[in-house]
Amino acid sequence: MEVAKGYIYSDTELDRYEGEVIEALKERSREPIPDPDKWLDEELGQNILLTTVDTILNWARRSSLWPVISFPACCAFEFLGAASPRFDISRFGMEIIRASPRQADLMITAGTLTWKMAPQIRRLYDQMAEPKWVIAMGACGISGGIFKGSYSVVPGYNRIVPVDVYVPGCPPRPETLLYGIEMLRKKINKRSIITGGKQ
Amino acid sequence: MTAALSGSEIAAKLKKKFAEGIVEVSQNSLVVKSEFLLAIASFLKTTPRLNLNYLVHITAVDYHDYFELVYQLMSLKHNHSLLIKTRCYDRDAPSVPSVVSLWRGADFQEREIFDLMGIRFDGHPNMKRIFLWEGFEGHPLRKDFQ
Repeated sequence: MEVAKGYIYSDTELDRYEGEVIEALKERSREPIPDPDKWLDEELGQNILLTTVDTILNWARRSSLWPVISFPACCAFEFLGAASPRFDISRFGMEIIRASPRQADLMITAGTLTWKMAPQIRRLYDQMAEPKWVIAMGACGISGGIFKGSYSVVPGYNRIVPVDVYVPGCPPRPETLLYGIEMLRKKINKRSIITGGKQ
Repeated sequence: MTAALSGSEIAAKLKKKFAEGIVEVSQNSLVVKSEFLLAIASFLKTTPRLNLNYLVHITAVDYHDYFELVYQLMSLKHNHSLLIKTRCYDRDAPSVPSVVSLWRGADFQEREIFDLMGIRFDGHPNMKRIFLWEGFEGHPLRKDFQ
């Protein structure tokens, strides 16, 4: 039934139209509604995930943190302990410790930094590709530690490079470092491309 | 085990040639005047019976009134060693003769002493700082630093 717009019609006509709509729906309901994903083959249908760009980027970044080799002093041994099978940072996709800062995105500052060495550390940091993070490991990395008053020691890496996570200890045990890495992973997970990486 | 030569025994041997160069003698060391250092060191190195041909280390001590330089010498042939010292009283511009011409191993150690204690070594081929950077003020291992 065609009902022209603006036509003033009687109640019976409306009722009849309603009845026709219901009858048509009832007629169609005898057949099952076709699956809208039917055009996908079975295997492909199970392998599509929908997500946001932020989620996928953050997942990729936090799961492949590659540390650069920049271990100026003794905390390095605790880092090596963390890297070797007992503590095994390869669980986090971190076992590839890069000799080139251009392939790394994490700097673990394991050890005392002297002013003579500071330009090299800054240079390593500058050569790392964005996005990049720094974990200040150990008392010397945080504040210069027991060498704080020395004429030759930098009182904390944050005078040279921006630091994301501070891991205290002298030296920190590998468990502590793993906890620090976990904190950094949580921090990375909060990044958003909308804010340009800021949280 | 390396035998430590007695300072007084060596002093007795040096007496003939360097009588006025010897300041103090003790059982295990020998203090010489810095003007005679090079001559005495050369004598100790070249005399066949002593043949102190290896410089183990040089170090410097700040005694407030003077600096004392300590040289540990050793003979690889006779397996004996000797400690000789020299003193330097000028606090503003201290200098002693360099022994690089006798023992090449003294090169970096003398630069280290210059860097941290501020003692110049006359005759050193490359007398400049080794640990600290150019422009660092003062010599940090001096007792009156900062």
